[in-house]
Parts: sequence; structure tokens; C-alpha cells
Amino acid sequence: MLTYIFQRLLQSAVVLLAVSIVIFLAVYTVGDPVELLVNPEATELEREEMVQVLGLDKPVLMQYVTFLGNAVRGDLGTSFVHGVPAVELILSRMPATFELVVFSMLFASLIGIPIGLYIGLNSETRMFRIIMTGSILGYSLPSFWKGMMLILLFSVVLHWLPSSGRGETVNLLGIPVSFLTWDGLRHLTLPVCNLAIPNIALMIRLTASGAMEAQTQDYVKFARAKGVRRKRIINRHILPNILIPIVTVLGLEFGNLIAFSTITETVFAWPGMGKLLITSIYQLDRPVVVAYVMLITFIFVIINLFVDLTYAILDPRVRLMDQSS
Amino acid sequence: MKPFKPNTDHLLVPPVVKTPERAWHLARINRRPSIKNSLLILVIVLVAGVVLPLLAPQNPYDLATFSIMENRLPPGAESFDGMTFWLGTDSQGRDMVSAILYGMRISLIVGLVATTIALMIGICVGLVAATFGSKVDAVLMRFVDFVLGFPSILVALVLLAALGRGVDKVIFAIVVVQWAHYARVMRASAMVERQKEYIEAAENLGYSKMRIMFRHLLPNSISAVLVIATIRVAVAITLEATLSFLGVGVPVTEPSLGLLVASGFQFLMSGEYWISVYPGIALVILIFSLNLAGDRLREAFDSRR
Repeated sequence: MLTYIFQRLLQSAVVLLAVSIVIFLAVYTVGDPVELLVNPEATELEREEMVQVLGLDKPVLMQYVTFLGNAVRGDLGTSFVHGVPAVELILSRMPATFELVVFSMLFASLIGIPIGLYIGLNSETRMFRIIMTGSILGYSLPSFWKGMMLILLFSVVLHWLPSSGRGETVNLLGIPVSFLTWDGLRHLTLPVCNLAIPNIALMIRLTASGAMEAQTQDYVKFARAKGVRRKRIINRHILPNILIPIVTVLGLEFGNLIAFSTITETVFAWPGMGKLLITSIYQLDRPVVVAYVMLITFIFVIINLFVDLTYAILDPRVRLMDQSS
Repeated sequence: MKPFKPNTDHLLVPPVVKTPERAWHLARINRRPSIKNSLLILVIVLVAGVVLPLLAPQNPYDLATFSIMENRLPPGAESFDGMTFWLGTDSQGRDMVSAILYGMRISLIVGLVATTIALMIGICVGLVAATFGSKVDAVLMRFVDFVLGFPSILVALVLLAALGRGVDKVIFAIVVVQWAHYARVMRASAMVERQKEYIEAAENLGYSKMRIMFRHLLPNSISAVLVIATIRVAVAITLEATLSFLGVGVPVTEPSLGLLVASGFQFLMSGEYWISVYPGIALVILIFSLNLAGDRLREAFDSRR
């Protein structure tokens, strides 16, 4: 187990290194940050100074080595626009994004899994067909447009819910959260729904197909033949078995939701790290873009590791050491 | 005219596996009305996307054909020269009907071109991985896993932030994030096919790897990858729309559906809904018909049924 974790961490380090090279070349060598930082009336001398301070006169390789050296020490540069360390800036926006993502996942699982289980167990009904086709619509709606339609309906027409911002926040263990205040909850509702809808569809489909398949398995037939009550078969036999792919997908979706919250945050002006990324791209605030990509990669690597480990705990048949298959 | 040369291939490599399987595929489609219906809808939408822009009352990319004076007119309003804007006009004074039809065509072109290129790259990588096996396979598939490890929207977003706007750049970004999906599926089905006897026979006949790859493996293992391609076109179109919405996609002068929706966002609050709502509906119809057809096809080709 420990060897495996160590191996995976080593692999993760290689991935991070590869990403750092790609993102450095992609972002740092295109365009000229001096244009952005120096005021338009600056003399040639001031420009030269700026170039030297930023180290832009050095060869690309040297610049990269400097960047990497700093990165290892946790310094991914200072935001051109805000003048604070990029990592600090992103971390300050992280709670808002995480709040959105966690609630969306909860919402999607609480709605999607029971519906999926129900229709999966009744797959001969008309309901099954309707919900399965409806779920295709669920993930066909482009996130940004769906968000705007939610705003149009619930904010502009009905005036029920606010359309932007986080609302009132309170500190929970030093982290500002919205879900503990009424105003915050109202602000949270639309973005969470928007982010959760495709995942509700995904959960329904995944659970339904899992339940359908599990029903034909021998262990279910045997349990039924033994006279086990239907409820117990579902709760003790079917559910634990179909939970494995669901947990995997949920874990992987966590990362995807962080990425996709970029769109939702933009539509609902939610002050999370996705919104920060978009703004930074517009403002050509490169250190923030680079730091964001590095941090996201890091999060993804951790999630993948975590999913694999959970997999092993949920399914004793999975052998972590066995890399050959 | 080519000189007649008797085709002796079939004497050496029995084509038994090939022919019945394909016929069986078509039979599967014919047997299910829901597939036929969904494919019919898809074909109608695709043809509409190609033909209707020709009938559009206005060319929304030609600044001379519309006037900024007629901006944000509600649906049903009339222009100075007597034309009716059935779905209103956008903030530039474009007729929404024309803008939607042209935008749909851009979305379709981006989706189809990007998917075709990504498909070809993916098929080649998958075939090479399956044919050469061992080291080559391990390296290629590690790389595929690496690419697939990242959310497509972020990769495309950062890529376009560095490259700038443009239809060609959007296509490039979509290809970068999509080829790996095809490579993985292609490799998986080619691996299964590779175990079969006719490939062994072809190998023993001393056929080149190229010939085995493209003449034997490809036709017999391509169906799975084509089925997921239908769904992937929908993903590509969604991606293009999203990138354009975020302001890094197609240029402002050639609005796609996503950009049209985005341009109406700021007017949504004041009740000028039509700039965002109608292009979005067109986008949903496009994506939904692709996803529906893709889902039905996948169901039909699912070997477990």
C-alpha cells in the first residue's frame, strides 16, 4: 500500500513538472507583460529596468528554471493586477468555489441516485424511457445558457431569487461560507442548481444502468431465491455493488465540477476561483493563470489518487499493486 | 483504365468476419424505430444547418446589410426598409433569424471539422498502439491518460487565452482536447480485433503492418469509435459555444450561437430576452438531436443487449 502511494506520488510529480513546462511555454512566451505593467509614458530606461526586474532578458530556459525554483518553494509569482502573491489570491477564492461544487455534488447525488435506482429497478415502465430521454436533455443544455435562463425565470420574471454574488457570508472555522445565512442560501440556490443539473442526469443514468445490470446477476437471483425481502436485496446487495462506479464518477466529477464552475461562476458573478481565472485571462494577468493551472493540476492529481484508493477500499477485489492490467 | 488484376485477397484471408458483421449492424439500426427517428431528426437538423443560411434574409457578417440604428428591436418589429425581424435584432442591429442561422452553421462547421480531425488522429494513435503493442502501446496510452486527466474546458480555455480568437484556433483547441478519447476507444476495439485469427493469418502472410492496420484492423474495429463520435460532435459544439461565451472563441465579427447568447447577457436583466433565448434554443436543438442519436446508436451497438 505504502509503496503504491509513493509510486503514485512520484508519478504525480512528473505530471506536475510536465504541466509546468507546457503552461510556462504557452503563457509566458506569448505576448509581452512589460506592455501591461509599465505605464504608457515610461521612458526606454524604465522599460529596460522592468524587463530586468522581471527577468525577461534572460533565455527562456533560465526563466523557466527560476520559475520552477520559486514554484517549489510555493511561490508562483505575484499578480500583475492585484499585486499580491497569485497563490494567495487563488486560495482566497477557493472556499467560494468549493462551496458551490460540494453543494452541487450533494444535490446531484441526493436527487440522481434515488431516481436512477427507482427507474433502473422498473426498467420496463414508460417512466424509465421518459426519464432516460429527459436525462439526455439534462446534459444537452449548455451550462451558460441554462444559467441565464434560470436568471431570466427566477430573478427577472418571478423576482424570487437573486441573480449574482454570494450574499451574506459568515465565518466557519475562519472560512467565509454562504450556506449558513438565509441570504447566502438564496444566492447559492441558482448557481448550485445550474452546476448540478448535468450531474443529476449523469447520476440517474449511471445508477439506472448499474441497477439494471445488477438485477440480472447471480447473487441477486440467489438472494431472491433464498427469500430475502426485496428491500433488503436492494439495500444490502444491489446498492453496495453499484456504488463502486458511482463513487468513482463522483470523485472524478469533483474535479470536473471545479473546472465547469468557471462557467457558472461567470454567469452568476460568483466570486470563486473560476471567475478569477476568466478575469485574469481578460486582464492578461499571467501569474494568476499559471498558478491556477498548477493548482488545478495538483487538485486533479490528488483526486485521482484518492479515487483509486477509495476504489480499493470499496471493492476488495481491486489489487492496487497490480499495474499490469 | 487499370489493367485487370484478379483479386486473390479473399482466397488467402477469409472475409467471413467482415461481411456478416456489417450487414448485422445495419439490421440493428433498421430493427429499432427509435434509432431511425432520432437519426431522422439529426439529419433534418444537419441539413437545415447547411441549407437555411442560404435563405437567410440578411448576411449578418456583412456590416453593410444591417444598421446599428435598429439595435435591440423586439421580435416582430419592422426595419426601415419594411423587413420584419421575426425574432428581433441584437445589439448591433442584426436580424436574429439570420444571425441564428449563420451562427448554427459556424457551430456545425467547427463541431464537424474538429471532430473529423480529432477522429483521424485518434484512430491512427489507437491503431498504432494496438498493432505495435508493448512499449509503444504503454507510452501512447500513458500520454492519452495524461491528456484525458484534465478537464477539456480548462485546457481549451488556457490554450485559447494564449493563442487568441479565431475559428481555426477554436478548432485546434477542440482537437487537442478530444483526440485522446478516440484513441482510447479505437485502441480498445482494435485490441479485441487483433486477437482474431484473420489478423494472425494476415501477419503470417507477411503483410506489412501498415496494410494490416488500415486494411484489416480499421474496417473491423471502427464502428465503436464512430458511435462515440456522434456524441463527441455534440461535446465539441458545446465546447465551442462555451468558449465563445467566455470570450475566447470565435471572433466578434462572425458570431456563433454561443457568442450571440453571450452578447445578449447584459440585456437580460432589462427584459430584452430574445438576444439570448432564441440562439440558445437553436443550440439546444442541435446538441440534443446529436446526443439523442448518439445515445440510441450506442444502445444498438451495445454488445450486452
